[in-house]
Amino acid sequence: MNGSPLLAAFRRDVLQAWRRRADWLTTFFFFVIVVSLFPLGVGPEPEMLKTMAPGILWVAALLAAMLSLPRVYGTDYADGTLEQLVLAPQPLAMLVLAKTVAHWLLSGLPLALMAPVLGLQFGLEGEPLTVLFWSLLLGTPCLSFIGGVGAALTLGVRGGGVLVALLVLPLYIPVLIFGAGAVQAVATGTGAGGHLSLLGACLCIAAALSPWATSAALRVSLE
Amino acid sequence: MNLFKFSSPQTFYPLAGRLAPLFWGLAAVLGAVGLYIGFFVAPTDFQQGDSYRIIFIHVPAAWMSMFLYLVMAVWAAVGLVLNTRLSSMMATALAPTGALMTFIALWTGSLWGRPTWGTWWVWDARLTSELILLFLYIGFMALHASIDEPRRADKAAAILAIVGVVNVPIIYFSVKWWNTLHQGSSVSLTKSPSMAATMLAGMLVMALAFWMYSIAAGLTRVRSIILERERNSAWAGAMQEN
Amino acid sequence: MQWGSLENFLNMGGYAKFVWGSFVVTAVLLAGEVVLLRRRHRAALADARRHARLGRDA
Repeated sequence: MNGSPLLAAFRRDVLQAWRRRADWLTTFFFFVIVVSLFPLGVGPEPEMLKTMAPGILWVAALLAAMLSLPRVYGTDYADGTLEQLVLAPQPLAMLVLAKTVAHWLLSGLPLALMAPVLGLQFGLEGEPLTVLFWSLLLGTPCLSFIGGVGAALTLGVRGGGVLVALLVLPLYIPVLIFGAGAVQAVATGTGAGGHLSLLGACLCIAAALSPWATSAALRVSLE
Repeated sequence: MNLFKFSSPQTFYPLAGRLAPLFWGLAAVLGAVGLYIGFFVAPTDFQQGDSYRIIFIHVPAAWMSMFLYLVMAVWAAVGLVLNTRLSSMMATALAPTGALMTFIALWTGSLWGRPTWGTWWVWDARLTSELILLFLYIGFMALHASIDEPRRADKAAAILAIVGVVNVPIIYFSVKWWNTLHQGSSVSLTKSPSMAATMLAGMLVMALAFWMYSIAAGLTRVRSIILERERNSAWAGAMQEN
Repeated sequence: MQWGSLENFLNMGGYAKFVWGSFVVTAVLLAGEVVLLRRRHRAALADARRHARLGRDA
């Protein structure tokens, strides 16, 4: 029965998000719009777009993931639920884990599913497209984990929305490099195995360490 | 002697006041010696000409920028774990100097790169990591500045600094890897030309000078921070001298 | 002396722009930090004294 409160926390987050669909759809469409802006900015030259596609899609995913961060703990902080969660008998890190997975399911997974479609617009085909999907599938949970720390640190802080970008984006850089690198590597024929393994390693490290950092940050924010 | 006596801001304040001039003096003397060696003893490099003399400040600043981040994170972590206020104040005091060192390293690196590599900026692993380090410093200071309650700001910033320290090796590794993959026909940036002993000596003396400068700046700033936070206590108001 | 003349020294073998651009900017930045540190300390002292006076009067 130990897992059930965590499951309950997870289910609650998903349910809440489902009721506030507009919030999450905003992030999703932000991703689509930012990606669509690039061809208009740099020109429709197919070869150039093809080489730029992995970077554009990944940077847009980074920004979209960051944009959804203030909501992870923001609403719970505002209505006092967070204080109850911190006082709950379950380890806070586990609750954080449940909330992070819920956040990924609602913000990261849609990006990974949508990215291949957008990749088609940039002339990506075949293997690069599948690798793009897999890299985002492995990379977006990293973004949720790392971003959770930033979200917890900026709770109730002046100008939290902009601040979270400043704190989190530099920490996203390795994910960006390995993620976009995987697609580029397979496009140039060197194989994406190494990049994807490193992304997996990043995910393991982030999943193991960030719930502790996030729960410490939540405790500080609620002091 | 009980060293823990000095972990209270009130007792550390006068101690820092006595130590700071010593370090300012050391920084000035070492800086003068280092500049003398750098400009008048060290010979002109046969490959790079006199432009190489920029490394007498570039390398020490780059070293200090990384070292200070580490020291800052250690102080912040100590302040978080042991709940000692002075340690957190030390971390806060070092951040601006660290950011300044990072900026100097970037600025001089760019000015060195123009004649050497033919471009102001190269997305070289070291330059890129240094730029990211600057972002990390800015994040630390911005987070600390946007929380009004000092202890909460200390703790939040400490968590960020620790997360940053865990990330710095990963960032450096990823950037290095990214760089080797993307390096086209550009010049080899990793070659280390054999350095004359006087060049090395000049660089080391300058590194010591920057180190002493950082300690002096940190001590001076921590004194201001102590006063600002303790301004309601009787002893702070009784401070007549500087 | 390897430079021979002040002009040669200032010329830095043709790299004057880069070498002095680095050293002068570094010197200005470090000096600027020292000035700011002093100003901050003086302000902190004055503030602490003001608070002490207010405390006594109350």
